[in-house]
Amino acid sequence: MDIHEYQAKKILSSFGVTIPRGGIVYSPENAENKAREIGGSKWVVKAQIHSGARGKAGGIIVCDTPLAVAQATDKLIGKKLVTNQTGPEGKVANRIYIEEATDIERELYLGLVFDRSSESIMVVASTEGGMSVEEISKEKPETIIRSKIEVAVGMQSFQAREIAFGLGIEPDLIRRVSETIIGCYKAFSELDATMVEVNPLVISKQKQILALDCKMSFDNNAMFRRTQVSELRDKTQEDEKEVFASDRGLNYVSLDGNIGNIINGAGLAMASMDMIKLAGGSPANFLDVGGGATPDKIVKAFKLITMDEKVEVILVNIFAGINRCDWVAEGIVQALEKIEIKVPLVIRLAGTNVEKGNQILKDSNINYIEANTLEDAANKAVGALKK
Amino acid sequence: MTVLIDKKSKIIIQGFTGKMGSFHAEEMIKYGSNVVGGVTPGKGGTKHLDLPVFNTVKDAVKHTGATASILFVPPAFAADSAMEAADAGIKTCVAIVDGIPSHDMIRIKRYMRRYTRGDKMTLVGPNCAGIISPGKSMLGIMPGHIYKEGRVGIISRSGTLGYEAAQQLKNLNIGVSTSVGIGGDPINGSSFKDVIEKFEQDSETDAVLMIGEIGGPQEVAAGQFAKENMKKPVIAYIAGLTAPKGRVMGHAGAIVSAYGESAIEKVEILKECGIKISKNPSVMGDTVKSVLDKNL
Repeated sequence: MDIHEYQAKKILSSFGVTIPRGGIVYSPENAENKAREIGGSKWVVKAQIHSGARGKAGGIIVCDTPLAVAQATDKLIGKKLVTNQTGPEGKVANRIYIEEATDIERELYLGLVFDRSSESIMVVASTEGGMSVEEISKEKPETIIRSKIEVAVGMQSFQAREIAFGLGIEPDLIRRVSETIIGCYKAFSELDATMVEVNPLVISKQKQILALDCKMSFDNNAMFRRTQVSELRDKTQEDEKEVFASDRGLNYVSLDGNIGNIINGAGLAMASMDMIKLAGGSPANFLDVGGGATPDKIVKAFKLITMDEKVEVILVNIFAGINRCDWVAEGIVQALEKIEIKVPLVIRLAGTNVEKGNQILKDSNINYIEANTLEDAANKAVGALKK
Repeated sequence: MTVLIDKKSKIIIQGFTGKMGSFHAEEMIKYGSNVVGGVTPGKGGTKHLDLPVFNTVKDAVKHTGATASILFVPPAFAADSAMEAADAGIKTCVAIVDGIPSHDMIRIKRYMRRYTRGDKMTLVGPNCAGIISPGKSMLGIMPGHIYKEGRVGIISRSGTLGYEAAQQLKNLNIGVSTSVGIGGDPINGSSFKDVIEKFEQDSETDAVLMIGEIGGPQEVAAGQFAKENMKKPVIAYIAGLTAPKGRVMGHAGAIVSAYGESAIEKVEILKECGIKISKNPSVMGDTVKSVLDKNL
């Protein structure tokens, strides 16, 4: 789960990280007052969307007067921003963050992620703040400092110090930079985060260490014990169909193609999408209804797929184990009594009681194309498309 | 020798009296697994499915001599149950449950470092289908009948894609020595490399089919191990050719976030390691057959 910049800043600030003064507004009317309340003589107006690279997309405006802040807010609010991370459909800014501008002396990069090789938390830092970490590793890999943290004992002061000295921080500021790094580590480990990124972390002309832009992501599996974090979820930043799916316990990812998929198991779903591609087609989605493929989940899956206007063919591929094909087939028949399908439907069942399952489908009055193997299913789905 | 479990392995069910635990305990017993009891804290001293229930894993081990366990406890309590099993002397533990927080998985793995190699439990999963040695024992939730007894080892992240492979092999009259589902989470108990190493040592296995997917370094690590240390042939399929970068594809671990984690990149690296690649998921069985035929 992702959260907004202003939410991440508030969290990090509670762990001892200094952030510029700022406030959130939902309409331009409040923006002018908010700017006065924050004080100073220069402000940055920042569109809150779940994406980086907002500056290049016009989502960040620097203003000299409270009136200009109001105008900038008016310009950004409700606006759709397209960045290199949002996809062509973009994301709408419904919240605007107004922040006191900072006199920047140096920009640094600080990130924390899970390192899957060492199964620990990895701190990544660089002197090249403001660039994305991908750009840094491509263009200035020699500036990257990595530090593996032993989670059983947590981050030690010396580790933070090593990073700070490695970044060439002047001696007077080492302590404050170390505290900032440890604050980010604590936020990561205490809140079940999967990513914390402060980019840039700046040293201001006034020698303050400030988190100027922040991103945080959290482990969905841990949200049961992080209710305060889970409340920060902003569904307007997610794909509508993906929200529908996650609210109903389905694993769904919206894609660009036109063959809709209903499959049980994430691996089999990815494999079926691969087969569609090899057969010359393109999947409209990833959808895992769960290993069990219960009739209830299948009904919900059909509802979800028929919401997608791109879909021109639907492919159902279920490998029934304990749950049996006859039972799955009954679920499909029940689902199709409730939902009208206007596009060709290809069904492939495999596994336990497959003959019985196929017989149930044949005896029903549903209009479908039967497939036997993975390859057969993909070919028939792509074939149905061309007609 | 069989990888991880054999006909005699004494199995206990953690979360025995719950709906999932009961259902799959019965399935395992039907298959012929040597289930000797289970654990549900607070229900010790009672009987369930005609088998004894214990309050703690230590009690269960003391009274039954169990060496294997399978977890059917909710995600919030799974880390605790896995560590309890490790501490009670269980040798092989399968965690079926999907949804254990990554921070908890790291805690389990750090906890298990206190044991020396000989005393250390092998944790398989979470978010997996478990282990089956066809004709011998099942410590998992798979449909046992799709597995034919034989000499090919299977390691798969995905449950249903592993079933697909077993079925393809069976249709070609090829059997399986042991199939291990290692699960779809980013941090898991046993990696591809951990299991492939066991297959190399197993006298009942002739070849290994590895079914990987996008995300993480494990398939590549196993490939490099195979290149340097294995005599047995390895066949691999990597799912997720069409997966977009940066998106989680169902499995929490199936996300491309760094170089070498996409399906195409993994396939290239595995080829360099001398591993035979199954071009698509429909020919996993055929690819294994071609390798076996060549090695005859």
